[in-house]
Amino acid sequence: MGWYIGRRLLQMVPVFFGATLLIYALVFLLPGDPILALFGERPASPAAVAELRDRYNLDEPFIVQYLLFIKGIFTLDFGESFSGRPVIEQLAEAFPVTIKLALIALAIEAVFGIAFGFLAGLRRGGLFDSTVLFLSLVVIGIPVFVLGFTAQYLFGVKWGVVDPTVGGDPSFTELLLPGAVLGALSFAYVLRLTRNSVAEALSADHVRTATAKGLARPRVVTVHVLRNSLIPVVTFLGADLGALMGGALVTEGIFNVPGVGRLLYQAVIRSEGPTVVSVVTVLVLVYLLANLVVDLLYAVLDPRIRYV
Amino acid sequence: MSETTVRPGQEHYVAPLDTTPLAAVDAVDESTPSASLWGDAWKQLRRRPLFIVPSLIIVLLVVVALFPSLFTSVNPRYQELARALEGGSQGHPLGFTRLGTDVYARLVHGARASISVGLLTTAIVVVVGGVVGALAGFFGGWIDALLSRLVDMFFALPLILGAIVMLQALQGRNVWTVALTLSLFGWPQVARIMRSSVLQVRGNEYVTAAKSLGLGRFSTLARHVLPNALGPVIVIATISLGTFIAAEATLSFLGIGLPSSVVSWGGDISNAVPSVRTDPWILLWPSIALSVTVLSFLMLGDALRDALDPKGRTR
Repeated sequence: MGWYIGRRLLQMVPVFFGATLLIYALVFLLPGDPILALFGERPASPAAVAELRDRYNLDEPFIVQYLLFIKGIFTLDFGESFSGRPVIEQLAEAFPVTIKLALIALAIEAVFGIAFGFLAGLRRGGLFDSTVLFLSLVVIGIPVFVLGFTAQYLFGVKWGVVDPTVGGDPSFTELLLPGAVLGALSFAYVLRLTRNSVAEALSADHVRTATAKGLARPRVVTVHVLRNSLIPVVTFLGADLGALMGGALVTEGIFNVPGVGRLLYQAVIRSEGPTVVSVVTVLVLVYLLANLVVDLLYAVLDPRIRYV
Repeated sequence: MSETTVRPGQEHYVAPLDTTPLAAVDAVDESTPSASLWGDAWKQLRRRPLFIVPSLIIVLLVVVALFPSLFTSVNPRYQELARALEGGSQGHPLGFTRLGTDVYARLVHGARASISVGLLTTAIVVVVGGVVGALAGFFGGWIDALLSRLVDMFFALPLILGAIVMLQALQGRNVWTVALTLSLFGWPQVARIMRSSVLQVRGNEYVTAAKSLGLGRFSTLARHVLPNALGPVIVIATISLGTFIAAEATLSFLGIGLPSSVVSWGGDISNAVPSVRTDPWILLWPSIALSVTVLSFLMLGDALRDALDPKGRTR
């Protein structure tokens, strides 16, 4: 086990440096003046340009620039947004909200995805199975911003069940609708994953043995089928927590949830290059970390992995 | 796929004569059509609604994207501000947008942007990801180690986040730059699928046979491994096409995808947002067009997956 963790951590190192190098190179090595590009459509004053050139160490050789960028990540120095506030301060305010939203989305997709997927998998090929499979495809097919606006219009504006937008410091109930929209896509994936996994486990040898030795069907289905088929689902859910952070971009923008996603959304709309780069870097780190944790969790859940 | 035992001093498994009765081989009627993977798949597909319906929709979309003037004669960029937000009328079945352009004409002309970004991106992704994945899977060793780490690095950047970073720094955005950006972050997935598929095929007996008959490495890869490893890649390419169309629309919606001079569904949805509370139908039409397009590619991919996977086939 220790060897496995060590190897997995070692694999993280090149990926971390590669991914950050990629982000950095994308912004600062593209043709054209990166500083002018960071300003987007707006006019740039020479003083501001000189200040930014200095802040991003653009007069140094590229590798020094990159290493200073890495140093900034490790010392949590992400620079300031155009309004002059440190990005780390904004992140510290926004992260708890996004984590809350992501956890709600995760709970929704786990409960409904596993329940529907389990029922569909038990009767593979049946009417319920086909209907649920088709509907899950529809959910995957609708882009998240279309889904978001539809939900906002129907629940918020037309029927008035909830507030169409969420304000500062949102409560649990206010985050329910954005959470459902955010989790919708993964709900469909969890459903399909559980369904396939359950259908496969039903024909496994240990399940046939359990049935043959006279165990009641409910016990076979819950203990021997469901528990084993949840391993891939759990790993998907873990990795998804990282992905939800990034997916919150559109959802938080639509529902005006003051999280990391909206921070990024507004930075993109105002073309605040430095903030975009910092926030994306942080999100990629969270994503990498979530994947690492999931891989380790996988080794705990499924002993076969450790010995490969 | 049965595991064959290799005896000491014997590099490849050779079936003893008595387990392959020659009579059985001779008894096969040579005139029966061979049941190839693709032939089987086609036979199954052409009867399934899950295949027929999305195929028809996609064909229609391609025709609309190629010849939009067949479907509307209204200029999608012509603004009649006096008729902004007006409902449907003669010659303008879906009414007008907030800026006084014709909703139906923009719907028709928007297909081209989505379809071309989707097709371009998928083509690039399949070529780049396919080559990298095939080389990594077929040659193994240090080539595999190197290429796999490269794939990991790009895989660490989620599609939309990576595209945002790149596009916000890019000047002069058009269909090509958006497609190239999406490809840059989309190819690792194809590479991974191709690699695992090639790894599976590489162990088959006919590949060993080709090698032992003296066929070169690249010829073996091109003539025996690739054609048989292509199935999963085609499935993922079809599904990705839908994903890329959705991603392009999301980026255009955020204002960093296609510029507003290009008629696109994502841009139209973004333009309709300010009036969503009073006139939701302007938002509705491009949303429906976009969703139906993405869904068609997903359904097609799903149908292909079922047909190309003989194990999961319901008899």
